[in-house]
Amino acid sequence: MTSNRKDPVLVVLQMSGAFDALNTVIPYNDPLYPDYRPVLKVDPEQVLDIDGKVGFHPSMSSLKALYDEGKVAVIQGIGYPEPNRSHFRSMDIWHTAEPAKQATEGWLGKAIRDIDPHNENVLTAVNFGRGLPRALAAPGVSVASVGDLNNYGVLTGLDAEDQRVEALDIFSRMYSPAIGTGPTNDYLSQTGLDVLKGADILSTAPLKYSSTVEYGGGYFTEWVKSIAQVHLADFGTRVLYTSLNPGAFDTHANQNIAFPKLWAEVTNAVGDLYQDLKEHHANEEVVMLMFTEFGRRVKENGSGTDHGSGSVAFVIGDAVKGGAYGEYPSLEPSKLDEGDLRWNNDFRSTYATLLEQWMGLDSKPILGGSFEQFDFIK
Amino acid sequence: MGNNDTALMAHLMRRAGFGAQYHEIEERAAKGYEETVEELLNPEENSNGMDLDLVSRYFIEWNHFARATPEYFAWRMINSRAQLEEKMVLFWHSILCTSDSKMQSYPTHYQQLEMFRKYGMGSFRDMLIEISKDPGMIYYLDNCLSHKDAINENYGRELLELFSLGVGMDGKFNYTEDDVKECARAFTGWTITNNIPGQPYGRYEAQFIYNADDHDDGEKTFLGETGNFNGEDVIDIIVKQPAAARFLSRHLYSYFVADEVGVPSWMNTPPVDMETIKMLEDEYFRSGYNIRSMLRVLFNSDAFKNARFRRIKSPVETVIGTLRMVGDWTTPKPGFEFIFDEMKYMGQEPLNPPSVEGWHTGREWIDGGTLVHRINFTADFLGDTSHTGIQEIISRLSADAPTISPEELVDGSLRLLGHYELADQNRRMLISKVEKNGQMTTGTPEFSEQVAEMLQLIASTKEYLYA
Repeated sequence: MTSNRKDPVLVVLQMSGAFDALNTVIPYNDPLYPDYRPVLKVDPEQVLDIDGKVGFHPSMSSLKALYDEGKVAVIQGIGYPEPNRSHFRSMDIWHTAEPAKQATEGWLGKAIRDIDPHNENVLTAVNFGRGLPRALAAPGVSVASVGDLNNYGVLTGLDAEDQRVEALDIFSRMYSPAIGTGPTNDYLSQTGLDVLKGADILSTAPLKYSSTVEYGGGYFTEWVKSIAQVHLADFGTRVLYTSLNPGAFDTHANQNIAFPKLWAEVTNAVGDLYQDLKEHHANEEVVMLMFTEFGRRVKENGSGTDHGSGSVAFVIGDAVKGGAYGEYPSLEPSKLDEGDLRWNNDFRSTYATLLEQWMGLDSKPILGGSFEQFDFIK
Repeated sequence: MGNNDTALMAHLMRRAGFGAQYHEIEERAAKGYEETVEELLNPEENSNGMDLDLVSRYFIEWNHFARATPEYFAWRMINSRAQLEEKMVLFWHSILCTSDSKMQSYPTHYQQLEMFRKYGMGSFRDMLIEISKDPGMIYYLDNCLSHKDAINENYGRELLELFSLGVGMDGKFNYTEDDVKECARAFTGWTITNNIPGQPYGRYEAQFIYNADDHDDGEKTFLGETGNFNGEDVIDIIVKQPAAARFLSRHLYSYFVADEVGVPSWMNTPPVDMETIKMLEDEYFRSGYNIRSMLRVLFNSDAFKNARFRRIKSPVETVIGTLRMVGDWTTPKPGFEFIFDEMKYMGQEPLNPPSVEGWHTGREWIDGGTLVHRINFTADFLGDTSHTGIQEIISRLSADAPTISPEELVDGSLRLLGHYELADQNRRMLISKVEKNGQMTTGTPEFSEQVAEMLQLIASTKEYLYA
């Protein structure tokens, strides 16, 4: 097999809001399933079966297609000890890989520090969205956080192009380090110049890019497309991150309306990203992780689902050995965890597998300990 | 009134408040520096709170602000006439940290902010007692899980380490592991009623209760003293320690005067300005632990007056200061979440500090992502001529003469933003940017745009990152 593989790249897709795991990977053959979900149950005929027991929600056909090609690992029953059902706290736990106490450094921030300890590449990690997720934050680690790849940088509010060019020129000169102004000023100068440099480089990505893949609309899809553009522009970026708008998957009500649309949008974007990479012979360079902060209650509330715990995550790519990992949590009432799917594998096992087997990093200092690894990376 | 008076007043208002528009700076400077300090130290009672009950019943579109959300806190920082009172609420929130990601109860958090408003400039002893009784804190640091037969040390430890003494000072430890345990024992029985988090019990705030049956009333030895101590006794012992004076003085110094190293380094890193710290420590004991007295000494000190632009603005100071400068959000209106989120994107989400240690300050506020958000947010607001505060800057620049030189535009803009000072070469660069305009005719739409662009450029400078 000819390999187009360069440095391994991790793409993280954060499904903020906590998607309903039970209706994502559906145990449609379990007789208890329709009992818990009188309104929200999916017709078994429509479920996209993967192993005779469970199957994807019908809206996820793009992911199913990748699964059929053996490129999707489904991590069933993922979670962590003493599940927290607060969106913010639970997302924080996923970000910092530290369930026991509040921590400040992100797991990917630490990984980036290992990859590029001297900050030699201002684009080692790029986030798309508003604000930097804590997963990417660590002292001394510079991450570009891009809201709009076509208009990224400082002073984007200046309308006229020549006016802005002039302003950026002044900016770069004003941020040039001045001798003898102290370490803080030097640091601010460096950060300002990094931003300019990063923005300069990033602005070339859409120009270099051409593809026959036509992505759909919406913020998330646009950011996924930006991920493709930045990866294909060969800036040496190793971690690319984006998130679905918070709250989107938080389907306490009217789940049957919002949920299929969301999964269609997300999985179509994932499918398009894969095709785009493939068209550019870059499909072997990237592995994607798609996760959410927790699962939702097994028993529906009549219109939607409330906060739960055990969930499901996906790892996608050519380097992935497709199939189901972890066990699907039992739906027996006595085996539920306070009414939720009971987790059976720690999310840090998935992180450790990605860090060690895909990124080639030592996961122990990043995750603060050793975690059993899966074998979903080839 | 000299230039120096207004420059000093702008400095005071940036530090003891969230900044002010130039007309307020002038009014206060005319009144006098010490008088303004006294006014800030002694705000009129309830000079800025909304009647939340009235709002929620009659002003439905304002409801958002009346639900005791973090947005209400932000709104109040913008609009409070008692600026120092509100700045002290943020001060205490940054030290006596609780986080909504665990509490999930805005009403309980609101109650805590009200407590900070009430006790924020009172006695440090009272503040420590109040925070020990604060339902949010009791839940956040698990004191409600500490029982006489099974103590939970979380609160006992943080009270000593992060809230009152610090691990050590002058290279020596301030307390032992035994002190932590004894401290935790003294606080057994300090618990709450009404469950936190709110769900599914709704929006009722939790309340402090003292459960005598669950209090360990055995003898304890704490910081060298022995007795049948309860929580108040422990706090009485804490506040008379030199380390308590040092702890509070260093915090006040780094919040109001100049960026300092973080609390974990305090044991082995002496204060940069020992003289001022000593002065504050002396006032702490002289006044009987009175925070207001320490602040009076601080604001009237030369060290404070000479410390212009020695602190990097926090994200909250950046966002709130900008909104006050442009005069936006003086009344509640829809869409505030968007503004509120900007603080989060810059690295500081009020009511959600990253840990019990609070936010890391100084240069740690700035990284590639936060810098872009900070500059663009500030520049977008300062460059929007529809804001009354910007219109005021334009009309003041237009007031003196029909034309204005490039130097006058740069220097005038810096002055009206609060007497900002640029490194000489940077000032020259801004002047050369507008030099091609020659003498500019004031009062024209073009002039407004020229001012707006200048304000945006100033907002992007390194100097403007400082307060």
